[in-house]
Amino acid sequence: MLNLLWLVPVLPFFSFLILALFGKKFPIKASAVLGAGSIGLSALLTLIIGIGFISNPPENFRFVQTFWTWFNVAGLNPSISFYLDPLSIVFIFVITFVGFLIHLYSIEFMYEEEGFSRFFAYMNLFVGSMLTLVLADNLLLLYLGWEGVGLCSFLLIGFWYKDPANGAAAQKAFIVTRIGDTAMAIGLFLLVANLGTLNINEILTKAPAVWPQSSGMATAAALLLLGGALGKSAQLPLQTWLPDAMAGPSPVSALIHAATMVTAGVYLIARTNALFILAPQVQMLIAIIGAATLLVAGFSALAQHDIKRVLAYSTISQIGYMFLALGVGAFSAAIFHFMIHAFFKALLFLAAGAVILSLHHEHNIFKMGGIKNKMPLIYWTFLIGSASLASLPLITAGFYSKDMILWFAWSSPKGSAWLWAAGLFGAFITAIYTFRLIFITFFGTQKTEIGHTPGKLIKVPLVILAVLSLIGGFIELPGTLGNLPLFSGFVEKVLPSAPVHGENILQEGIFQAIAAITALLGFYIAYLLYLRRTPSEGKNLLQKFFYSGWGFDWLYERIFVRPIIFLAKINKNDFIDLIYTGIAAGIGLFHGLLIKTQTGKLRWYAMGIAAGAVITLTIIVFL
Amino acid sequence: MNQVTLETSLALAGILFTTGLIGVMVRRNIIFMLMSIEIMLNASGLAFVAAGSKWMQADGQVMFIFILTMAAAEVSVGLALILKIYARFKTLDADQLNKMKG
Amino acid sequence: MILAWLIIILMLGGILAWITGRINPLFARWISLVSIFIDSIIVIKIWIDYKQQINLTASPSWFIEINSKWVPQFGINFHLALDGLSLILVALTVFLGLLSVLISWKEINERVGFFHFNLLWILAGIIGVFTASDLFLFYFFWEVMLIPMYFLIGIWGHENRIYASYKFFIFTQASGLLMLLAILGLYFIHGSQTGIYTFEYMQLLGTKINPSTAFFLMLGFLIAFVVKLPAVPFHSWLPDAHTEAPTAGSVILAGLLLKTGAYGILRFVIPFFPDASKDFQTVAFILGAAGILYGAMLAFAQTDLKRLVAYSSVSHMGFVLLGAFSFNQLSLQGTVIQLVAHGISTGALFILAGMLQERIHTRDINVMGGLWSKVPFMGGMGLLFALASLGLPGLVNFIAEFLILSGAYQANIVLTGIAALGLIASTIYSLRIVQKVFYGSPVKEWPIPDLNAREILIMGALTVVVVWLGLFPQHVLDISKSSVKKILNSIGKTEVLDNNHNKLEEITLGK
Repeated sequence: MLNLLWLVPVLPFFSFLILALFGKKFPIKASAVLGAGSIGLSALLTLIIGIGFISNPPENFRFVQTFWTWFNVAGLNPSISFYLDPLSIVFIFVITFVGFLIHLYSIEFMYEEEGFSRFFAYMNLFVGSMLTLVLADNLLLLYLGWEGVGLCSFLLIGFWYKDPANGAAAQKAFIVTRIGDTAMAIGLFLLVANLGTLNINEILTKAPAVWPQSSGMATAAALLLLGGALGKSAQLPLQTWLPDAMAGPSPVSALIHAATMVTAGVYLIARTNALFILAPQVQMLIAIIGAATLLVAGFSALAQHDIKRVLAYSTISQIGYMFLALGVGAFSAAIFHFMIHAFFKALLFLAAGAVILSLHHEHNIFKMGGIKNKMPLIYWTFLIGSASLASLPLITAGFYSKDMILWFAWSSPKGSAWLWAAGLFGAFITAIYTFRLIFITFFGTQKTEIGHTPGKLIKVPLVILAVLSLIGGFIELPGTLGNLPLFSGFVEKVLPSAPVHGENILQEGIFQAIAAITALLGFYIAYLLYLRRTPSEGKNLLQKFFYSGWGFDWLYERIFVRPIIFLAKINKNDFIDLIYTGIAAGIGLFHGLLIKTQTGKLRWYAMGIAAGAVITLTIIVFL
Repeated sequence: MNQVTLETSLALAGILFTTGLIGVMVRRNIIFMLMSIEIMLNASGLAFVAAGSKWMQADGQVMFIFILTMAAAEVSVGLALILKIYARFKTLDADQLNKMKG
Repeated sequence: MILAWLIIILMLGGILAWITGRINPLFARWISLVSIFIDSIIVIKIWIDYKQQINLTASPSWFIEINSKWVPQFGINFHLALDGLSLILVALTVFLGLLSVLISWKEINERVGFFHFNLLWILAGIIGVFTASDLFLFYFFWEVMLIPMYFLIGIWGHENRIYASYKFFIFTQASGLLMLLAILGLYFIHGSQTGIYTFEYMQLLGTKINPSTAFFLMLGFLIAFVVKLPAVPFHSWLPDAHTEAPTAGSVILAGLLLKTGAYGILRFVIPFFPDASKDFQTVAFILGAAGILYGAMLAFAQTDLKRLVAYSSVSHMGFVLLGAFSFNQLSLQGTVIQLVAHGISTGALFILAGMLQERIHTRDINVMGGLWSKVPFMGGMGLLFALASLGLPGLVNFIAEFLILSGAYQANIVLTGIAALGLIASTIYSLRIVQKVFYGSPVKEWPIPDLNAREILIMGALTVVVVWLGLFPQHVLDISKSSVKKILNSIGKTEVLDNNHNKLEEITLGK
């Protein structure tokens, strides 16, 4: 059963190849069937494999399928092989299932677009790469998937390539993540030089044997890998690309820039957990970055006008939570939040996409409003997603996952009151901006006519995701509410178990109550600010500051982009060439001087000869 | 009969050579320049003959015969060139024939 | 003898093409296609034989050779020999040679016979350079490939071809003379020590030279090779030559001529002067890293598509310098792969630039844009090779850069870190190609057709190689393995595999 694993990533790749080569000639229906069907098959296979894995787990909960040795140089022999364990099962489950739903949705969403088959080709390539990323058994193959998803992100952000702004956003995404990737690549060089292998399991067993706790090498390795994770997962200070990435079609934002790719950093850190446990300073840094990011992005989300940008900032913020969890050593909590986040954020983006499609590609929330009753299904699913995002207590899945993180931020030995307070405040902000979005978009007076009404292919994925956003949390119930650690029990087969779990029920209960009240308080404040009063776009300085994402773009533009472009421009003609043209010019000058003596006048030449003879004779005679 | 001394012969040769050289340098007509070159050749011939008689060797006279031959050849080629030049440029002014200027 | 035939077939084919080209240009085209094709069959046969021989024990120093006297008075032999490294490069030569003929099929319409004569003689010279095992013969072939190239640029080039061809000729000729001096120096030193005056590679290999002389002799060789490579600051002939050359010329320049520089470093500089090379390591690293970043910065600034690709070559060849001077198996193997990878990906980009120029008669990327909707297939190809150029995993360039950098990391961490910034820089300029040429809205309405069958054949072949070697680089690595070990042996370094820890350890044999 598990031997079918290879088909899971290969099916999307295969479908990509067909669509890329012959897609132009296909009728739209064929492209759709192939594009979505391949992912559907992958999802089905994942289900079969998952059931097989759980009912009849392989030794050590690890299953490796090797195909060939990629290369073998000086003992470094990464192979093309897939590795399945509970962690990767969670990821491939989310990728294929959410991916399939988004593909279904895309068929309707993209139906009238030019380049329909190109879109599905890219999407399939993305799913294939992402599956490779999470199934890779060595870091080099992981890096292949890692860059592959980055490429697809570039291609899909720039899908509507005719608008140069989209192209610029696509480039920005690729280049910024590539900065992180380069750090990660250097990290790989370090691992090769010091451990002689890139196989993840070997690294995890060898690193603690070779490097002492919090040694310099371990810290450097962890820091460099963290660099890669920060870029991909849009964390401070490399978060600036994600809001711009919203230039892509909405399904892309849902799949790549919310549910899957941007959480690759979380996956990387969870996967190489032993390295980070060896470097506690780096782990603390992760927690701090996570906390800082979730606040920075949360405030930025408060001031956005574009419905997708609000969601983008909220994605950054939610991944901040995952980083916070990773930083305090609660790996399973991070993965749990990843899964729940994938459900509700994909739902939000898809619903937002439906709104945008219905309102003639209007993105500005201040030009929406009053569509609550016109499109009830969209409204309700969006509301469910938002509630999950804002972690409304008890009924939403987001509550359980976020609460778990907050609890560990406090109770873990690596956690602290500050981290917890940041997370809690972040939750408060989250509730405010989420309901601000709801109130402005769906309530109030209608400002734009509704065009396209969503059909079945849009509605079905929304409903499924909405259900998952509600009930998804029940597979991991905290100690206070039934104590059902199904999920963490599963993934902690391969991840270090969270530090404290299920102890001190009373304290945990109090903290849950605080978190619940905070979320409700955020909801109430949003109600006061945005429903009771007429919301306005906001023009004061602070709002502008938040709107610009805390001025990071402004700063980077001036520190990096402009100086580099300036340097490149003034040196377009290569000043080193001046040395050679200078030599050539000098010789030319000398040549010009000598030419002057060649007058063509015979008598001058004779005079020259005579004078030369006289001078020579004089020198010989007198010296 | 007075012996002509080597010094006087060489002096004469020197005077002749200088005359020829000045002729080449100052005259603009190519024919005159050619004639001046002839004078210079003869001056050197004279010096050879004088030196030959001084050392009682035949080499000086042999050299003179060489020079004579060479001068004949030079004049014939030179005159032919001059004819051609005149035919093409309608002038014998050396200063105007500066087509070879760099 | 088979090696001599490789060269003779090309030379004869060239002469025949020149003569028959006067009657009908089609003859010239077919003759050169056929003669390169015969060569490729020979190379494939050698490759297969070599593969079978790898597994046998005790490989001889050369796989096949031909050695006959040429000028015995001076110890000059006509000695051609081939090992794994040569084989890979010869294979690359015939592959790109075939493509060069195909891309010139429609592009070259004047003096077709003479064009193919020059093309074939360049290829013959290059194969000679890659196989010569006698330094005099090596120098001879070095010049043989130079002069036809000068004609190729000077006669069939673009607007500024005369300037470019002079510049190319003077740079390579001047640096070649330095190499000749160094060869003669080596010849006389070896002769005075042993009494045997010979240009034979294997005999000169062990010459003991005092360090300061060795350093200057090494510089003589090295300058010739880094000019060809090219390394900053000797690169300035390259953008002009690449830009002005006809497409086939650019492909051969970038794909093959630059490789002769790299080959020279690997084959001559390091084995002849191991100690001097080790002393030179830091400088070479600095030059390499500077080349990577400086070339990338210039590539980013260009508006001429071919010039942009040319500067990207400078950037990529910086990796070669880095790899060659890291002196370990990882980076040397990476260097070999980089030679192949760069030859193919840059060649492909030049071919695309040539196809674009054929269609819209300009190379200025500012007037292109939005071409994707018109020529999606070409756009896909452009995208693919831009991605190859930025080192996307799964394509062969990634393997090369990864191996080089991870080897270089073990030699010098800081400079490798700086060189790794080139990964970002290459992303910036490669994406700029895609953005400017294929994305955006059309600046001008170009009525351009997509690729035709011949062009699809060319690009398809390149694509297959780039992807295939990206997934199965071991096919090349196996071939070059023994050559790389020879280089490492000559420098007194062997790498052993510690089985317990599987950890790399370097043992310096000298100590």
